[in-house]
Amino acid sequence: MLPARFEYHRPGSLDEAYGLLGSLEDPKVLAGGQSMIPVMKLRFAAPANLVDINRIAGLDGVRVDGATLRIGALTRHNALAGSEVLETNQPLLSSTAPQIADPIVRNLGTVGGSLAHADPAGDWGSAMLAAGASVVLGSARGERTVSVSEFLVDIFTTTLEPDEILTEVQVPLPEKKLGGAYLKLERKIGDFATVGVAVQVEMSNGTIDRAGIALTGVGSKNIEATQAEQALAGASPSDDAYAEAGRLAAAACDPVSDVRGSAEYKRHIVEVYVQRGLARAVESARAA
Amino acid sequence: MQITVTVNGVEHTADVEPRMLLVHFIRETLSLTGTHIGCDTTSCGACTVLYDGTPIKSCTMFAVQADGKEVTTVEGLLDGANLHPIQAAFKEEHGLQCGFCTPGMMLTGKALLERNPSPTEEEVRWAISGNICRCTGYMNIVKAIQTAGREMTSSEDAQAPVAG
Repeated sequence: MLPARFEYHRPGSLDEAYGLLGSLEDPKVLAGGQSMIPVMKLRFAAPANLVDINRIAGLDGVRVDGATLRIGALTRHNALAGSEVLETNQPLLSSTAPQIADPIVRNLGTVGGSLAHADPAGDWGSAMLAAGASVVLGSARGERTVSVSEFLVDIFTTTLEPDEILTEVQVPLPEKKLGGAYLKLERKIGDFATVGVAVQVEMSNGTIDRAGIALTGVGSKNIEATQAEQALAGASPSDDAYAEAGRLAAAACDPVSDVRGSAEYKRHIVEVYVQRGLARAVESARAA
Repeated sequence: MQITVTVNGVEHTADVEPRMLLVHFIRETLSLTGTHIGCDTTSCGACTVLYDGTPIKSCTMFAVQADGKEVTTVEGLLDGANLHPIQAAFKEEHGLQCGFCTPGMMLTGKALLERNPSPTEEEVRWAISGNICRCTGYMNIVKAIQTAGREMTSSEDAQAPVAG
């Protein structure tokens, strides 16, 4: 399958890329291309101009900067799957990375590209929502920082403007004990998630101070289960608390029946995975 | 657009349309048909090549992106008339039936062995989980990759200077 014709541009710096995006007609950014190129081959997208940001230095890598984990937008999933920085500091993201797509796709696919693509079946959207992350959006006009919950608007729709590039993901690192897990049900490795559940807990003195819960593949975008999160704030970990959170999260999702399962089945998986995810997240927080 | 790509150690310069996929450049422009097109949807891994040493699916990259880069295809495994240890192991262990997935499997296996020379069965299965085989049930593919790892490690040992 061949995509429609386009002009190809390969800027060597962010400023050059911003200039291209600001002046070209109908531009689109090409990062890892593992969603963008399939979508172009299917002709769901046919941008007139493709701006390849892969050769721009300094857009990848992960580092701790005070109380913030900074992940460059061009960081490949596999770099995060093997990242000691992530393993030490952010259990939820560390658990998510190796479950994305398949090992070969992970060699090219990027965290920024995945978020900007805003597929409701994308795993990073849920993980970043539950982790309370923000994205940095740059353009010739300057930079702005937007929370992921504000950034993800609807299916394949974000607040990214056509002349902007998502350059960095910022994840807060709380001083409290942090636990997290990503649970994903898929028919086979590399398939889209039938259901994915991201869970993060921040704990002190044996109590859950804050919980982040977000859902993949069960709505028109990654869904933050805010009622379930609120029910857990200040709660002591218990099977009853997990069960209540599971029920609230299942009520918050809006799945459709398709080849991967009925809406009822997916809703049930959400309920079960939220409970399992919480148990795992609390366990990892206690071990932290 | 003019691009220069080093494929199996040989530099190739060609004029290509930006929308040409890397797999078409390899198969049609360079006539290296060992790289296969299976699903054409980033799922099956039949088109796997090494891109600066890392396995990627060449149906999901544009040829223009590979400008200035190094690509290894299955044809690049052969050393003169000698099979690469991974090729010899696939032959020895019957790691293929129809052979369609084999080029991708061998390249993924080679990349795995370079960072992990003696992988467990589980590690091999994880590494090849982006490459689909519809014939073998994977048993002999896993064995072949492990055999190649042992072969590559022991031949390195044999070449190493003897201590003392």
